Amino acid sequence: MKRVTSVIATSLAIGLSFGAQAGTLEDVQKRGNVSCGVSTGLAGFSQKDEHGTWSGLDVDVCRAVAAAVLGDASKVQYKPLTAKERFTALQSGEIDILSRNTTWTHTRDTSLGLNFAGVNYYDGQGFMVSKDLGVKSALELDGAAVCIQAGTTSELNLADYFRANGITYKAITFDTSDQTRGGFESGRCDVLTSDQSQLYALRIGLKDPASAMVLPEVISKEPLGPVVSQGDDAWFNVVRWSLMAMVEAEFLGIDSASADKAKAEGNPSQKRLMGSEGDSGSKMGIPAEWGYNIVKQVGNYAESFERNVGTGSPLKISRGLNAQWNKGGIMYSSPVR
Amino acid sequence: MPEKPLVKSSPSFFNNPRNRSLIYQFLLLIGLAYFFYGIVSNTLANMEARGIKSGYDFLSTTAGFDILMSLVPYDATHTYGRTFIVGLLNTILVSTIGIILSTIVGFLMGIAHFSHNWLIRKLAVAYIETFRNIPLLLQIFFWYFAVLAALPSARQSMSFGEMIFLNVRGLYFPGLIAESGAGIVYGAIAAAIAGIFILIRWAKNRQNETGQQFPVLSTSIGILLGLPLLALFVSGFPFIWDFPALKGFNFRGGITVIPELMALALALTIYTGAFIAEAVRAGIQAVPQGQREAARSLGLKESKIMKLIIVPQAMRVITPLLNSEYQSLVKNSTLATAIGYPDLFTVFVGTTLNQTGQAIEIVFMTMAVYFVINMSISFVMNRFNASVELAERN
Repeated sequence: MKRVTSVIATSLAIGLSFGAQAGTLEDVQKRGNVSCGVSTGLAGFSQKDEHGTWSGLDVDVCRAVAAAVLGDASKVQYKPLTAKERFTALQSGEIDILSRNTTWTHTRDTSLGLNFAGVNYYDGQGFMVSKDLGVKSALELDGAAVCIQAGTTSELNLADYFRANGITYKAITFDTSDQTRGGFESGRCDVLTSDQSQLYALRIGLKDPASAMVLPEVISKEPLGPVVSQGDDAWFNVVRWSLMAMVEAEFLGIDSASADKAKAEGNPSQKRLMGSEGDSGSKMGIPAEWGYNIVKQVGNYAESFERNVGTGSPLKISRGLNAQWNKGGIMYSSPVR
Repeated sequence: MPEKPLVKSSPSFFNNPRNRSLIYQFLLLIGLAYFFYGIVSNTLANMEARGIKSGYDFLSTTAGFDILMSLVPYDATHTYGRTFIVGLLNTILVSTIGIILSTIVGFLMGIAHFSHNWLIRKLAVAYIETFRNIPLLLQIFFWYFAVLAALPSARQSMSFGEMIFLNVRGLYFPGLIAESGAGIVYGAIAAAIAGIFILIRWAKNRQNETGQQFPVLSTSIGILLGLPLLALFVSGFPFIWDFPALKGFNFRGGITVIPELMALALALTIYTGAFIAEAVRAGIQAVPQGQREAARSLGLKESKIMKLIIVPQAMRVITPLLNSEYQSLVKNSTLATAIGYPDLFTVFVGTTLNQTGQAIEIVFMTMAVYFVINMSISFVMNRFNASVELAERN
């Protein structure tokens, strides 16, 4: 009977060990790194250089969270994911944050067990065509073959747009954005559709970037932002405010060079963000200097933008909607107080 | 003398090996049931706690995305349930093409291995050794990205008699659109096929009784072509030709074979064909040499020896191997996802799963489908195996 008892005991133990899960914030602090889901390679947003270092606008969100929680922006473990894999990776707890040019939609927010922590890039879907086609507008694309990445909102918007305008198309789907570009280059499709920021990034990767052009139509709203699992409010707060801190720092005029000065002798709002006044850190269960660490190590939103997708990058995307609210854009941070 | 009391022969209830094993099995069963109950209930509880939707309601929700190729009418206004059907049919299509073609290629190459012609023999060996040893995914990429992607663009298509076109977007050939009266032609085709079966049976019986042979093959081809042609004339050709033509960006009209399907079917055929060729070789080598010698001494031709003596006996070895090759082929067809051929895995586990987020339901449904397809193949092949088995005297 001893063996039987042990079998029962084991199965009971297995049964009881199901389900117990600690908060992500404690897990991250214990583990000493942030596990972050990024793209498999998208210029400006998340890409790996020849030394294996990740950079990009989406990568900076992960780095900001690591800086806030662990005081070191480099303590991030990157997990490259395709569009199809990304939500499952987050739902299963394989990653702590998904920062992978992911559009905030109602379905995703309400039915996938996820929460969007904010918006780090306001985008819209567009079309890229080869210049020899002589097409000037997306409405002339009747009967075209369209290359598209599987499992994206672009796939749905495309169907809506062509149907609404009564024109036909053939959707050729690929797993990664690189494969999409490959399909476009080999002539499998006439048009490549994706978020505009991606189109610029993909165009740079073409053998002859001058041979392709982006059409003027923007057919959708694509607010892109970091995503966390639903039901872990402490972690949600940390990610949301790490992003806010970057935007707020730009608004308050603090950048990585002036962070030390702002911390020591800034005005009250600057000092609160830098952690030298108030207790914003302890309210979230992270170090008091969280804001300072983010700005010092990652930079404010403007620095991140210009370095990755703006004037300091080959993409040369203008701020547009992504400028601060008082400079013609809609980037707006709630106050840190 | 009073009899001695009988020694208690039966052991106690728990020491009876039969009872013990029953008890252990029963307890194990309870343990297993509890284990699976734990998994299921915990999954459901966790999903609920995280606000992940569950259930099969999504199947009747509008899908909102398009699929490149569909054997049934489909557009973005159809439901997710419909995407399942579309993907399933595309999987069945590529698997069927793959099974038929790889069987033909495999048998030809397996038999060519024994050819007396040095070149043919060496080519067969080279084919088998090359394609058996290269990963299938690599072969799919080779056909798709290296061979088919190198074809000319739509506007510079290769044209065969201005009717068939081949370009990087696919193979286009004329289709037939049926008009009223086409039923006669379909009926004629069905009648021709039924007629051929009857003919085969009749010819076999005749040969058994009289020893006379009947030219079954040429007569069958005659029936298969003649009867529908006759019907076409009688009904006044109730079809309209639908020729592909370049309109705007692409060819429209006719029948299109997309390059994704070509690449996948080619790769599956050539890869599985190499394994089937090996199975055929093994089967032929398993037939004792004496059978061949006996057939020769009866004066049969080499081709007849192969067809009547060797292959039927070799089938006993080949059939079980074929069964598992066919099952592998069906499972390997999920590599479609690498090149975007819209099979069940690409469409349903790929896009539908991603748009609905209902991973558990969708993965479960898909696993069930592959299970059922492969069990069906197994069932058919086991029946076939029983028919080729050595009939032993009982």
